[in-house]
Amino acid sequence: MEQTVTQKSIKNPAPKGPDSFHLGIPFKLQDKINVWVLRTLAFAIITMLATLIVLLFKQSGEAVKEFGLWNFISTDNWNPVEDEFGGLSFLYGTTVSSLLALAIAAPVSVAIALFLNEMLPAWLGKILGLFVEMIAAIPSIVFGLWGIYYLAPFVKNTLTPMLKGSLGFLPLFQGPSFGIGMLTASLILAIMIVPTITSICREVFKTIPGHQKEAALALGATRYEMIKLAILSPSFSGIMGGVVLGFGRALGETMAVAMVIGNSTTISSSLLAPASTMASVIANEYAEADSDLHVAALCLVGIFLFVITLIINFAARSIVWHFNRKHAR
Amino acid sequence: MMIETTNYYRWRKFKNRFFQFLLIMAAIAVLTPILLIVQYTFVKGAGSLNLDFFTNLPKPVGEVGGGMRHAILGTLYLVAIGAAIAVPIGIMAGIYLAEFDKKSALSRILSFAIDLLTGVPSIIVGIFAYILLVVPMKSFNAMAGGVALSIIILPIVTRATEEILKLVPDHIREAGLALGIPRWKVIFMIVVPGSFKGIFTGVMLAISRAAGETAPLLFTAFGNMYMSYRIDQPMASLPVQIYNYAISPFEDWQRQAWGGAFVLIIIVLGINLTSRAIINRNELINFFSELKKKLNSKKA
Amino acid sequence: MKHLLIIAASLFIATQASAVTKVNGAGASFPYPIYSKWFSEYKKVKADVEFNYQAIGSGGGIRQLIKQTVDFGASDAPMKEKDMKKAAWPVLHVPTVMGAVSVAFNLDGVKSLKIDGPTLAKVFMGKITKWNDPALVALNKGLKLPSTDILVVRRSDGSGTTSIFSDYLATVSPEFEKEIGRGKALKWPGATVGAKGNDGVTGVVKQTKGAIGYVELAYAIKNGLPTADVKNKNGKYVAPSIKGVSASAATLKDDVYNGDLRISIVDQVGDDVYPISAFTYILLPVTKETTQLKEVKAFLNWALTKGQDMAGDLHYAPLPTKLTEVLLKKIK
Repeated sequence: MEQTVTQKSIKNPAPKGPDSFHLGIPFKLQDKINVWVLRTLAFAIITMLATLIVLLFKQSGEAVKEFGLWNFISTDNWNPVEDEFGGLSFLYGTTVSSLLALAIAAPVSVAIALFLNEMLPAWLGKILGLFVEMIAAIPSIVFGLWGIYYLAPFVKNTLTPMLKGSLGFLPLFQGPSFGIGMLTASLILAIMIVPTITSICREVFKTIPGHQKEAALALGATRYEMIKLAILSPSFSGIMGGVVLGFGRALGETMAVAMVIGNSTTISSSLLAPASTMASVIANEYAEADSDLHVAALCLVGIFLFVITLIINFAARSIVWHFNRKHAR
Repeated sequence: MMIETTNYYRWRKFKNRFFQFLLIMAAIAVLTPILLIVQYTFVKGAGSLNLDFFTNLPKPVGEVGGGMRHAILGTLYLVAIGAAIAVPIGIMAGIYLAEFDKKSALSRILSFAIDLLTGVPSIIVGIFAYILLVVPMKSFNAMAGGVALSIIILPIVTRATEEILKLVPDHIREAGLALGIPRWKVIFMIVVPGSFKGIFTGVMLAISRAAGETAPLLFTAFGNMYMSYRIDQPMASLPVQIYNYAISPFEDWQRQAWGGAFVLIIIVLGINLTSRAIINRNELINFFSELKKKLNSKKA
Repeated sequence: MKHLLIIAASLFIATQASAVTKVNGAGASFPYPIYSKWFSEYKKVKADVEFNYQAIGSGGGIRQLIKQTVDFGASDAPMKEKDMKKAAWPVLHVPTVMGAVSVAFNLDGVKSLKIDGPTLAKVFMGKITKWNDPALVALNKGLKLPSTDILVVRRSDGSGTTSIFSDYLATVSPEFEKEIGRGKALKWPGATVGAKGNDGVTGVVKQTKGAIGYVELAYAIKNGLPTADVKNKNGKYVAPSIKGVSASAATLKDDVYNGDLRISIVDQVGDDVYPISAFTYILLPVTKETTQLKEVKAFLNWALTKGQDMAGDLHYAPLPTKLTEVLLKKIK
């Protein structure tokens, strides 16, 4: 339909006058030029992304040749003196810190989303909701700064004795704690991803029709039963989408983690021990690595990080997408 | 029988109470650290500020005094470069996705590419800009920093533009076309200006996010001890300067790191909140919750 | 809007050309306190040159010099032959000052500590994990050491300080040499905390009770951290000091300075010698004279003469006079 309109307009060119955009070019051609300009731009963006990926692969080529992909990711020997590199400890650090952050943040986020939506008066919920969302805007460097000077001492002086007192028998809480380490990094990450998960959960909960909640209450359900039956079970996959998205965010986080995790390349079963993540090792070593192989190894770590984040993000997106489709019906 | 029912009822009531108690505890657990961060940054940060902080350059290591003028201006400068590159391209790409070639291979690949870009960890963007611009130009430079930030801004702007344009009802386009106006003019002179506020908000959100980024600047814009406006020279930025000062042992530098964090938060939240306030309240509540939802599901 | 854009664009263009020559350098954080002082003082002498020095670590200084992204590099670890070959031109090592790598610690109620090389190596290899380990107690008779866990803090970036420190430990402890080795970045065993730059290590040590780390003396003194007295080859326990560093350099014969200046002065013989001492270098590309290079040389001329007087105040040892004479001839 739009086509016909455009064609008609060619026969009746726009009136001459102050219209400086007429340029004496037929409308159809103008439209064509416009579309092609936009297409070129689109193509340019795609090319840029492709260059990014190709460059990254090219830079890491040497490390792949030297160690092999599987070998690289299954050994934890990161030894710049001998020029031997294995990325397992970073993979471990990234996975554990993000999973732990998720384990802390996910239930709390769902709870606070319920609290804001269902328990507070609407206006207060809105204000607090905005406040929580503002946290997502705080730069990670500020979280890192706070982490070094307040969270780390807190973990060392308050949290560690508590954990050791109750769960000290677990291998997770063995060894000395200096405040800097995996646990602190996970806590920072948890705080950082709460807003992401919370805001998605709130949106998901809002899609539940009011009459479902009312029906549950009318049947004599308590508020808890109503939330469980009418809100949580139908929005399960939506919540999962938010959680996975939060996971993706935690994986890629760099500065706040680099500042509190302690940058140790040794894998330790204790959460109190220092560790490092894929992003933090790149931030620490990329500009300083002096051998080419070291740089290539760091780029390879970067590729792994890139691929993992991608998979997680797409998983999250497809979960949310399926949820939305189900609900649109 | 009667007693059993009462007990069961009590049990349900107890569960209900307990659950609500848990929710409140969770809310407190989340809000406490958040309030602490905000409080520390504001109290420590605002207390660390003085005139010197805004007007001076850093003093040699370990000497008391000096400021972050170069870093504050540097951040604004870098963000301006990033925005100058990414905003026009991002808006165009958003228009392309929303208005043209809806089902074509190119638009699908572009859409996929934008999704990929949103997911790239910022540190990797830094590596990219280093290889692409720092090594060939033989100097750390502000341009590389700006380009790195533009890669962060671009996908957010594109998505925001696309989502907002999709909300514009078709009859507006049809009305324009029916008047005999060429399609590109309908889009650029009627549809886009009509959604200006929404797009502007998306742009501002993207910029506020870029302003706080540290990782992409570490080995691109690098750092500078002096004020510099040159695009081919290293440039200081607030986040990198905060990072350097935060890990240092000198108390005066730590004080300045807090001051810097305060200024950075003010810049970031300032941009964020003003852009939200530009849209009036009704629009903010109805229309913006839509946008947030979509932006959020694309973010991270 | 249009006017605003034009103003912005013309402002931008106007700022791109400036009368000030900008020189970029990067590298070691070991001499950062004195370099930043020098650059700031030098700007008062010569206002039309700006030296931007970023303390990203010696490894970074070497790498970025090879990649030609900086005008000069700085490192406490002299470049290896392998690295020299990677550069597009020969690289001139210009020593600027000497300094001590001190062993700083943070322990309640303990202000002094005596330690010898092999024990120090064991601490950094994670073989001694408590402050009241018998080996430490034996060296510190009369000192009440608590049973606190030791936290080893080391560098996370490629570092000349690490290179000097590991050079020393490998010299005195065969075990350390075999298991860890010498280098700017090492594979540290056990649970150690890595921090960025001398700043970072000092910061973590200062923040954390029970921590021990190796930092340039100036960082320890300026932050009020106690440092350990290290046993030298003559069996004397010497606190890190300018005197101890100068004594290390004094053991060198004058004709050494005429050869390759990549000299190690760790673990020298002498009663006053502080065993973990080192030169720190500015790395210059030997290539055609650019404006920047000329300015760096002019600056070095100043630093090697007038600049040396400032070294003492910042806890660095000035170079031996004989060496500065040789250097001044070399960079002219």
